[in-house]
Amino acid sequence: MALFDRLPAGPAPQSRLSRRTLLQVGVAAGGGLLVGFLAPVGKAADQGGDPPGPGFAPNAFIRIDRTGKVTLVMPQVEMGQGVYTSIAMILAEELDADWAQVTVEHAPPDEALYANPMLGVQATGNSNSVRAFWTPLRKAGAGTRAVLVQAAAAGWGVDPSACRTEAGQVIHDASARRIAYGALTGRAAALKPPADPPLKSSADFRLIGKPLKRLDTPAKVDGSAQYGIDALPEGVKFATLAHSPVFGGKVAQVDDSQARLVPGVRQVVVLDDMVAVVGDHMWAALQGLKALNITWNEGAHAGVDTAQVRERLRAAVDRKGVVAKSVGDVAKALGDDPVVTTYDVPFLAHATMEPMNCTVHVTPAGCEVWTGTQVMGRCQADAARITGLPLDKVIVHNHLIGGGFGRRLEFDPVTKAVRIAQQVDGPVKVVWSREEDIQHDVYRPAWHDRLSARLDGDKIVAWKHVLAGSSVLARWLPSAYVDGKDFDAYDSAADMPYDIPNLHVEFVREEPPAPPTGFWRGVGPSHNIFVVESFIDELAHKAGKDPVAFRLSMLDKAPRLQAALRLAADKAGWGTPLPPRCGRGVAVQPSFASWIATVVEAGVDEEGAVTLRRVVCAVDTGIAVNPDTIMAQLQGGLIFGLTAALFGEITVENGRVQQSNFHDYRMLRIDETPPIEVHVIPSGEAPGGIGETGVVAAMPALANAIFAATGKRLRSLPIDREVLAGRRKA
Amino acid sequence: MATLTINGQVHDVDAPPDMPLLWVLRDLLKLTGTKFGCGVAQCGACTVHVDGAPLRSCMLPISALADRAVTTIEGVGATPAGRKVQQAWLDLEVIQCGYCQSGQIMSAAALLAGTPNPDDADINAAMAGNICRCGTYVRIREAIKRAAKAV
Repeated sequence: MALFDRLPAGPAPQSRLSRRTLLQVGVAAGGGLLVGFLAPVGKAADQGGDPPGPGFAPNAFIRIDRTGKVTLVMPQVEMGQGVYTSIAMILAEELDADWAQVTVEHAPPDEALYANPMLGVQATGNSNSVRAFWTPLRKAGAGTRAVLVQAAAAGWGVDPSACRTEAGQVIHDASARRIAYGALTGRAAALKPPADPPLKSSADFRLIGKPLKRLDTPAKVDGSAQYGIDALPEGVKFATLAHSPVFGGKVAQVDDSQARLVPGVRQVVVLDDMVAVVGDHMWAALQGLKALNITWNEGAHAGVDTAQVRERLRAAVDRKGVVAKSVGDVAKALGDDPVVTTYDVPFLAHATMEPMNCTVHVTPAGCEVWTGTQVMGRCQADAARITGLPLDKVIVHNHLIGGGFGRRLEFDPVTKAVRIAQQVDGPVKVVWSREEDIQHDVYRPAWHDRLSARLDGDKIVAWKHVLAGSSVLARWLPSAYVDGKDFDAYDSAADMPYDIPNLHVEFVREEPPAPPTGFWRGVGPSHNIFVVESFIDELAHKAGKDPVAFRLSMLDKAPRLQAALRLAADKAGWGTPLPPRCGRGVAVQPSFASWIATVVEAGVDEEGAVTLRRVVCAVDTGIAVNPDTIMAQLQGGLIFGLTAALFGEITVENGRVQQSNFHDYRMLRIDETPPIEVHVIPSGEAPGGIGETGVVAAMPALANAIFAATGKRLRSLPIDREVLAGRRKA
Repeated sequence: MATLTINGQVHDVDAPPDMPLLWVLRDLLKLTGTKFGCGVAQCGACTVHVDGAPLRSCMLPISALADRAVTTIEGVGATPAGRKVQQAWLDLEVIQCGYCQSGQIMSAAALLAGTPNPDDADINAAMAGNICRCGTYVRIREAIKRAAKAV
């Protein structure tokens, strides 16, 4: 790895450790200054960071070389969310670095070094990259700046407080002297960072808050950007695979006589649960796979279908679940005749544009993996487990990610590729067809919700929400799943922003026999905000109140959300006339520590076809590190959510996923995309998450717009055109 | 053996005549900027120009390419429309994950080469075959209009 030699586990001999800022300063391999810092993990993060013990080891690194180039070795991966740029901006701000000299490198896999401070594992997800690194990176930048100033001041024989910094230089105005950071690295490496370097006030920010250009864009306009699927190690062969069409099925028999006749086919790899064809190029592999005659033992799930899964979820809400939140006396406050309704949302595939893929070379001495992943450490550990090699003999090369959306929080494509590569002499690139990608995803769970509420005049006095579905957390991060509590499952349901005196939220875990379920962009809130904001809308209409006014009246304890809602309504022209069969719908959300209000304007024709006319969104995400990235994430997230609301549904019949490619798992296209306005509200609060928020916002706002346009309340997704055309009951 | 002209260079490739151009580019010629997305001309990630026309290379057999000039994302910057589109993409920060963008840029460059001042309907017609899962469509539309105004 061309980073720098891994730091020793304990403080390096020449390092100076500051107990309060958790900074470790030393000499980088090859010269220059190396600063390690600790971003607190797990409980320590919740408590604001434990003081480092004798085993203090940093988990993130800044390197400044003699030419002044600043390199941040970053554990977060770039998957389009702009994190490379935003996180580098935070560091460069406090360091007063020259932005043109800041670069970012992928961290190598190492759970101990690079664990995400909020997740406790090396992972990029839950829209928390900026939130997690905000404070640790600012402190590290300020501490690094301080030792550089000390080094310059000592060299000049002046007081450090007489010096200032700008664009990668220390400046002493009184004597008109300046020196570049690169020239100070040697001296700075021997200094002790201050105990608690002051951070800039937001009024002094030079980079944060500016729409700086993304660092990763130039390579993405000329075809030179390297995704996992572009890896071409010397001598690589190309493979594609078939899973059992029924989840959990096994290979019974394979006739490969025809496949072996396909020009360019080199090998057929038969494993217990999949078959792969290896060839000189992907075309040979694809043709070879098509020519195979595989008989499967379909196994226990051959009878599973979506209707059955739905029935199980419906039955589950009658069971006792885990109480996520309970305030007041809901049973009493609901009384004998509450408003009761149910909602359903479907399984969803990720459908990243870059299909699942992984390139692997296994030899007796080691294993090399080329892929794009949100979980580097897990990929490395699993390759080591499968091959029986020690961890340090497994090298993982991470790449840009052609869409993550949660899919690349799973490492099953790596597991499968390593198992195939064990049978192949030399490196092999395993690329899934789009059909395999859609039919063997790890899906957003389907959910069923039962909601009950009581209105007293135009106020909600009681609210009960029982939700039934998978616990992704229990499988993905079992250490965080304690006493059946899954904070993701009821995220934004238990912590609703509305002021309701009697409230009860309960989660019933009900795992489908198939398909497997996982995180999907928007995670828990992608389901909960749809349900909550749709039901709030129902109650507004029952109370005879305007949906915006109804929400505002219950948001006195959430002033940031109230302000966002007022702004979005104003910009959207809420209440102004629209053509016939058109309506506006609103939704608000507190999710990912960002306060967002969204208004969708939609039309519905007599055949039930939905036209998206306009979307207006107001967001208070705290300090907007890069406002242009925030707008881009909301524009894109809204389209992701509108896509799900209009088209998104994975159905299972006879244990098989019925959708297979973009013709039957539809994406919104440019000619269906409305104008989208995003208004970023200035704020001095700490930054919130943004990557998933638009997805969450779109679904209820659209469903509420359709109600406004047609009077038809849609209590399940995707939106059913037949219902809107009056040919089927909702 | 087939002879292909790609970005002005002549390549002799050892590939069956029914092999789609996509895999010849990616796997044999190491031109990985052209992307595989669906394999059935549904997503546009694999768009290239053949004699200037935008085509889906995943379903384009190389037997159809004798005496025709292929341009890929690696070469489109050498054309006036391609250069303007790439610059507009940078100026408006269109890209997120970027995986589909080679195809988006190729479709947009072909549009501008034939229709220098496209309106919204022209943009819809030319670009509706290109899926972007990150949802960059709002900026793609703006960037095409900006590129059209560039000199």
